[in-house]
Amino acid sequence: MSYWSFERFFEAWPYILKGLHITVGVTISAFLFALVFGLVWTFLRRIPERHINWIVTWVMEFIRSTPPLVQLFFIYYAWPEIPVVGVTLSPFVSAVVGFGIHFSTYIGEIYRSGIESVENGQWEASTALNFSLLDKWRLIILPQAFPPTIPMLGNYFIIMFKEVPIASTIGLTGILHMANSFGSEHFNLIEALTIVGIIFLVLSYPSARLIKKLEVKLNTRFDKNQVIDPIE
Amino acid sequence: MTKPIVEYKDVHKSFGDVEVLKGIDLDIFPAEKIAVIGPSGSGKTTIIRMLMTLEEPTDGDIIVDGKNLWKMEKNGKMVEADEKHLREIRGDIGMVFQHFNLFPHMTILENCMTAPIHVKGENKKEVKQRSIDMLERVGLGDKINNYPSQLSGGQKQRVAMARALVMRPKIMLFDEVTSALDPELVGEVLEVIRDIAKNDDMAMVLVTHEMDFALDVADKVLFLDDGVIAEQGSASDVIEHSENPRVQEFLSRFRG
Repeated sequence: MSYWSFERFFEAWPYILKGLHITVGVTISAFLFALVFGLVWTFLRRIPERHINWIVTWVMEFIRSTPPLVQLFFIYYAWPEIPVVGVTLSPFVSAVVGFGIHFSTYIGEIYRSGIESVENGQWEASTALNFSLLDKWRLIILPQAFPPTIPMLGNYFIIMFKEVPIASTIGLTGILHMANSFGSEHFNLIEALTIVGIIFLVLSYPSARLIKKLEVKLNTRFDKNQVIDPIE
Repeated sequence: MTKPIVEYKDVHKSFGDVEVLKGIDLDIFPAEKIAVIGPSGSGKTTIIRMLMTLEEPTDGDIIVDGKNLWKMEKNGKMVEADEKHLREIRGDIGMVFQHFNLFPHMTILENCMTAPIHVKGENKKEVKQRSIDMLERVGLGDKINNYPSQLSGGQKQRVAMARALVMRPKIMLFDEVTSALDPELVGEVLEVIRDIAKNDDMAMVLVTHEMDFALDVADKVLFLDDGVIAEQGSASDVIEHSENPRVQEFLSRFRG
């Protein structure tokens, strides 16, 4: 028996692709979860109270320093064992919550760097013009803080996409899971896993290029010293 | 006799252990143009930043139009002012900064329009016309749809003045508005301030290093030294005829 069969290779494609919507679905849902939850971290960290600040910083540090795999196991296997608050979650929901929380701590930091990149003079000018606190954030600070973070957020989206297959360990039926089950049925994993690799390459590479392009575009727009229409 | 629109009463300000202002008493009358001069580090900028509510005084009172800026009454006691109290009074005050602080994500017209619309809730069409008029007045009528990054420093500073003027403040504060400019751009900015000073009836406080300019536009000049007002009077009294050695020493550095 030859170790590589094109017949099997082509046979495996439709089988594995059945898991694609799960992999992509978890990535997008978890990323949206992380985008929103990241905002929560950012504002919690801005509370000017030493103890709260300390707690929030260390909770974030804890989440970031623990492997996502362990967090997935906890949410899927251990969480239901806890009395009162414990609930059994499906692999899909567990993965969304697990990756969402894990990556929200990184995204919270990205937001923070974006906000800190806005010069203090912008706050002072908006105070001098008597804006309300809400309007300062809404009209002046966030519109300047957000665009420079888009490339970094995009990078985390791709990183997260590549982490999602580890959720096959809690039974998420994404492409890796499908490849595994195809491979064990046919006693040969090489074609199936090659396909998984190809799918990731085909999806990640163009996304990375797109983000790079976006980054260049944003940098041009936000270069404050750039003179597009010289006057003197 | 007219009542002052702003009164500083024994105002002190410390940053950490350093006392920058050591008891400032000052009256600003409506329409009065005051120039604040003095060596760097003497606390000039801090005086106007406290009025703009960007710094809180360590001690003393600032009264704006009869109301205490940094204190308010609550249950019969005077307590520290909250943001709501500050916002009520702050609407009368406008400021132009050394580094312009224009909003880079908005066009020049939007820079001028955003505060009257969102802060004062004024009619958009009316605000737009007023902003265009004001930008024309500062000589930038042809740039209204440009972004700040497309302007020179002098032009940016003129936009910053238009942006503050559109809010129709009763008191305008100028914080070393020409210090960050290339020398050849200083004149155009001073020209606009001179125009405002001659034609508008709001009070103006200018922290400046431009002595000739102060002599030209200011009704009153304050010489600040080591956290106190060391000398004050008409511009010619302070700049041309002062007998205070500190003033003379300071001015000699400008005369060369």
